[in-house]
Amino acid sequence: MRLVAERLSARRGEDLIFRDISFEIGAGEVLVVKGPNGSGKSTLLRVVAGLLARETGKIRLTGEGAQAFETVATACHYLGHHNAMKRELTVAENLRFWKDFAGDSTSGSGIGIDAAAEAVGLGGIVHLPFGYLSAGQQRRMAMAKLLVAWRPVWILDEPTAALDAAAETMFAGLVKAHLGRGGLAIAATHQPLGLGAVAELHMAGFAGENVEAWA
Amino acid sequence: MTALLLRDLKLSVRAGGGAMIGVLFFMTVVAVIPFGVGPDLNLLARIGPAILWIGALLASLLGLDRLFQAEREDGSLDLILMQETPLVLTVLVKCLAHWIATGLPLVIASPLLALFMNMDAPAMAATMLTLLVGTPAITFIGAAGAAVAVALPRGGLLVSILVLPLAIPVLIFGVSAVYAAVQEPAPFLPPFLFLTALTLVFAVIGPVAAAAALRASTD
Repeated sequence: MRLVAERLSARRGEDLIFRDISFEIGAGEVLVVKGPNGSGKSTLLRVVAGLLARETGKIRLTGEGAQAFETVATACHYLGHHNAMKRELTVAENLRFWKDFAGDSTSGSGIGIDAAAEAVGLGGIVHLPFGYLSAGQQRRMAMAKLLVAWRPVWILDEPTAALDAAAETMFAGLVKAHLGRGGLAIAATHQPLGLGAVAELHMAGFAGENVEAWA
Repeated sequence: MTALLLRDLKLSVRAGGGAMIGVLFFMTVVAVIPFGVGPDLNLLARIGPAILWIGALLASLLGLDRLFQAEREDGSLDLILMQETPLVLTVLVKCLAHWIATGLPLVIASPLLALFMNMDAPAMAATMLTLLVGTPAITFIGAAGAAVAVALPRGGLLVSILVLPLAIPVLIFGVSAVYAAVQEPAPFLPPFLFLTALTLVFAVIGPVAAAAALRASTD
């Protein structure tokens, strides 16, 4: 399956944040979006996730298995700035909810709650309320959310913010495993993800006149 | 969908969930009325159904603004919007959970508060029945209001103002059904059926409007 974006542009209020961005990601590939603060990385990811209306352009899934998805958004996991977990519920309750509510896409299946917590290195603490965890642990549990329900496309917005070096390595491993299962990923980040040689998209400044795009 | 219902019910009874806030407010409002109006038992019995209904209406509006705002603040709303599940269905389930957590306790508490108002058994039963049928309508309209105000940091009062005019028919038919049940010549069924119809109509319009507003509110 391939994720294809053609000549995307997006507007926030009056301002055009970026324009004419095109990229293509195939199965097992990752696209890293780079650029200074305010260059529109998050906006681009939200447009891809269908959470923001795009001004122009097209985003679509092509290839084998793409017909199973009604919209691009239904094929995506989105890990944004917020963790989308309830502080009042325990970690297990949170993960259980997202596993049941999101459900698996046709092309794969998610792993169990305990296995997912184990995978992010926090196996023993799923019984604790999410609010008790430290910022880094909360972020890691939000990553476990990506594992409990299968989605072919991962959209990651600053995934490793608040994480220590060991957790960054752990996360790079998770992304690699996801790619190994035929998944796709698009990540906006300042830190190197430790994924080796990957395609990069450089967002250049406000109003993106000089955006170069390749994948 | 059961997962969403269970999660919302759990959240409502955990710290900060606010399931009891509504019913406590309801009790406070109704409990102070006899002190304000005075010990005229006949008067209290006469205005009782109306007071209970007004109290229940205001109590159901309380906390409605958090219906989607809490989801938006922690990022859950983004994920909910991305799912394959139709958003209308998700909103409907959230409304049901909200009603079970905040509306149903009002219905259950109403006979006790009816005693405060010196209401007799038929009036008590009629009030309970009309609240059971009528309060879901307030939640459904409220969901639309809450969705419109989801991006506003202090949207609480705005939700009440948006919703109140639409909730007035529910109040009118609810109260008139109770009076029809206790006063002889008036028939009970017509206002009660109107109340039922209002709830059913709002059960359709509310989630559809709320889903549209949520889709439009993304940023």
